[in-house]
Amino acid sequence: MNMLDRKLIRDLWRLRGQVIAIALIVASGIALLVMSLTSLEALRETADAYYERYRFAGVFADVKRAPAPLAHRIEAIPGVQAAETRITEQAVIDVSGFAEPVMAVLVSLPEEGQPILNRLALERGRWVAPNRDDQVIVSTPFAESHGLELGDQVSVIMRGNKRKMTIVGMALSPEFVYAIGPGALMPDDQRYGVFWIGRKTMEAAYDLDGAFNNVTLSLLRGTNPKDVVERLDLLLARYGGIGAYERKDQISHWFLMNELEQLRSMARILPSIFLLVAAFLTNMILARLIAIERSEIGLLKAFGYSNFAVGWHYAKMAVAMTALGVLLGWALGFWLGRYNTGIYAELFHFPFLLFRPGPDSFATAALVSLAASLAGAMIAVRGAVSLSPAEAMQPPAPPSFRHHGSASGRGRSARNWIDQPTRMIFRQVLRWPLRAAATITGVGLAVAVMITSLHWVDAIDHMIDIDFFQAQRQDMTVGLSEAQGQRVALEFATLPGVLAAEGSRTVVASFHSGTRRHRGSIEGISADARLQVVYDADGGIVRPPPDGLILSEMLAQKLAVSVGDQVWVEVLEGRRPNTQLTVAGVFETYFGMPAYMELEALNRIMREPHRVATLALLVDRTQEVTLFAELKDLPEVAAVALRRALVDRFNETMGRSLLVFVGFFIVFASTLSVGVVYNAARIALSERGRELATLRVLGFSRWEISYILLGETGLLIAIALPLGCLFGLTLAWFISLGFESELFRVPLAITPATFGVAVATTLVSTLLSGLLVRRRLDQLDLIEVLKTRE
Amino acid sequence: MDQTAPVAAPTGSPVVTLATRGLTKLYRTGEVEVQALRGIDLELFEGELVVFLGPSGSGKSTLLNILGGLDQPTAGEVTFYDQVLTSYGESALTRYRRDYVGFVFQFYNLIPSLTALENVALVTEIAQAPLDPAEALGLVALDDRLDHFPAQLSGGEQQRVAIARAIAKRPKVLLCDEPTGALDSKTGILVLRAIQQVNRELGTTTALITHNAAIADMADRVVSFGDGRIVEVRVNSERCDPEELQW
Repeated sequence: MNMLDRKLIRDLWRLRGQVIAIALIVASGIALLVMSLTSLEALRETADAYYERYRFAGVFADVKRAPAPLAHRIEAIPGVQAAETRITEQAVIDVSGFAEPVMAVLVSLPEEGQPILNRLALERGRWVAPNRDDQVIVSTPFAESHGLELGDQVSVIMRGNKRKMTIVGMALSPEFVYAIGPGALMPDDQRYGVFWIGRKTMEAAYDLDGAFNNVTLSLLRGTNPKDVVERLDLLLARYGGIGAYERKDQISHWFLMNELEQLRSMARILPSIFLLVAAFLTNMILARLIAIERSEIGLLKAFGYSNFAVGWHYAKMAVAMTALGVLLGWALGFWLGRYNTGIYAELFHFPFLLFRPGPDSFATAALVSLAASLAGAMIAVRGAVSLSPAEAMQPPAPPSFRHHGSASGRGRSARNWIDQPTRMIFRQVLRWPLRAAATITGVGLAVAVMITSLHWVDAIDHMIDIDFFQAQRQDMTVGLSEAQGQRVALEFATLPGVLAAEGSRTVVASFHSGTRRHRGSIEGISADARLQVVYDADGGIVRPPPDGLILSEMLAQKLAVSVGDQVWVEVLEGRRPNTQLTVAGVFETYFGMPAYMELEALNRIMREPHRVATLALLVDRTQEVTLFAELKDLPEVAAVALRRALVDRFNETMGRSLLVFVGFFIVFASTLSVGVVYNAARIALSERGRELATLRVLGFSRWEISYILLGETGLLIAIALPLGCLFGLTLAWFISLGFESELFRVPLAITPATFGVAVATTLVSTLLSGLLVRRRLDQLDLIEVLKTRE
Repeated sequence: MDQTAPVAAPTGSPVVTLATRGLTKLYRTGEVEVQALRGIDLELFEGELVVFLGPSGSGKSTLLNILGGLDQPTAGEVTFYDQVLTSYGESALTRYRRDYVGFVFQFYNLIPSLTALENVALVTEIAQAPLDPAEALGLVALDDRLDHFPAQLSGGEQQRVAIARAIAKRPKVLLCDEPTGALDSKTGILVLRAIQQVNRELGTTTALITHNAAIADMADRVVSFGDGRIVEVRVNSERCDPEELQW
């Protein structure tokens, strides 16, 4: 080992506190990057492989009732590789031992063999035997969450007929990777399952003999799915097609892609912050080291070491600090990636999970951080090599300061209101504004990262509050299999435990305005509704007027309409009326793109007066179980959703995934602020140790010199905290913009407590690093410092 | 610390400001042991100017540091008027330095971020009955440099600011460690002039370390050190003005 390397190792050891601080920040960035990239890789690889092996369809369509021979015409659409017709229905399931009615989607299986598309990954058991109407394959997560075994029986309520079926198999399907029930925010395996039943059984139960109500297509490579969707819509229109959609709009796939998008944005934004700050700090430490070693550098050059050798020596120092962080970050990132992928595996159901991160993610992370730190080191190193040996061996000129602000106090300035120690603090900050800015930025970013991660919790709380408590005041929502007379609400009101029942209906419709169109639905609610209301997240309850549409902000934007404009509405159900409606109001909501009308106005358009299809119930909790039992026996009930279960499930899932990550982020962000503050204070101490020792000699107490040293840091933090709150707000806003989609919007709803926690955590972590430095201040060797020239 | 002001002895015999008895100091750095002081008995009288002379390593700086409350002896006692410094703790010593001691160092040790005036004010702000900072700078003939930062001053000027800073609190003792060590002789004389003037006009007990024997002629007494001991104490019958000194 040559002498310079030996010096390098000793320098690193001497600066170990600062080296560790930088390494930890680099490690945080690397860990985040590796975690995102490996999870991304794992999810994408798994999804791709799953979709391919199990032939996930490319286009989907629901129709009321289409004759089986239409399949041939569908297959003949240019670009279609294969088409498969099916029967799918929503149904209520009765699982013995589970009081609540459970929802399931029933999907028909060909009588012989696997479906052509959306094949099942049969994990246990066997296929449904041909012509058996009492056998079912259930989704594995559903079976597992209820502790169901092969051979167990469940009751499926098909059009009011309760049918006992035996579980013969358990399977997963690429269609239901993210199995989310209607109205739910999160998959709930206990309350929503997938049941695969023989085609003939389904045909008989739903009166669809020789017909189908669902078709899925796979496309030839290079086909534009939009064209196929259009042609398919034309074919299905007269049979009650409610609009075909491509894979990208398929709900399970959409959620999966959305998750990948989130990971991608996490891989972009957060690690960059950490690596940027690490580069800043590397630069600060090296610049200081080079300033101290100025004469040694001159000496080395006088001995004949080349500029490159000297520069490389210091660059290696940056590389060594970063490399330590990279190694730590790799390990942490690998672990986090596996942990994260594990969480995804619980949320997304894959028959297999490919977590085999290639070297790419790790190499990318290492390269990015080494490049960042070398870039940071470059400026300092250039300063080191540019000095001529003779100049370098001279002591540096004392730093020059200037008067700032008004010079009117010249000569008497010392009598101004400000005392000298405070003056020193201000001058120090103004003398090195870039360094002060770096510290402020670093601490500010730490606050911002914390706010951004805590913001998720706030936003979700806010979304739940608005959607589940302000807009839906009912405890339970019951979907009817067919629209019925309004009297049904009165009947339901007499069920045990029901305190109030309110009817509404939803029809599938297509909206048009100019060239813009949207396939969605209209919800009809009565003007005096008290349970299910239109709730404007920006302004409270909105009452539907006797005529006209109330559109969600997002839908109004998509159609480019505002209040007073006309919208063409093509209802895709019943008599499929076509009409022009006025936009009577626009409101803000976080979920979906709903449109509302007054119930009777909607019924008039449908030419079906006084009909309802959904009932909102207010329920006495003590009688819930009795009510559940009744509901399971009512033939007209097609779906039951329990608000409490939705909210609980949501919070539970969030608690397992999100909160854990918020925890990680808080640790990372604290590392950031500790690292920045510790380094800033250490560098200040190294630069000003002599000055502070002088003050001690002049009779200043430890407390007073701590004030000068840490006061500077304190001043910077005082600036950084509000600035960080602002950064955090901006970053949270930016990220929530990135999440805006047709399915949901993340509101920018940061609570004061979040700001408080972020600020307090940063204060505590900076205080700790301040104390670490303060300890060194107590060990200042007064005599030694005075005897030597710096 | 006992906050009562030191009590001066009744007039007549010269008042002792600082006294040491059997002072020894042993430094242990790693495995090396250095006996810096080997039993020093010395008295500094009020208003006198004493020069400590001796080669480097002879113990004069160690003694000065102990007298100034920067260091504690291994054995022996230091008294400041009627108070025993050697019994003081850390914060009492800080208090002692703050109220009674002025230091001047070889390398000035000014605060670069403060102007000349502010460097002096730094001390007057925490002192009990200080001079006006501008007045203190006037004493060292720097009236026209009040608003200059250290980087804008010559070495001699910086050292005079340091002297002004040291005396602005009206210290009882002024301790100067090689104050001219980093200066050329012409500038050095200016600095010595300032020290002498302060000693005369304010009556501050002054101890000045040098290894430059020529400077000794401006002192009331010259204490010579060698190997941690006092080897000679010489009383100058007549003090020279700094301008008469030559080296």
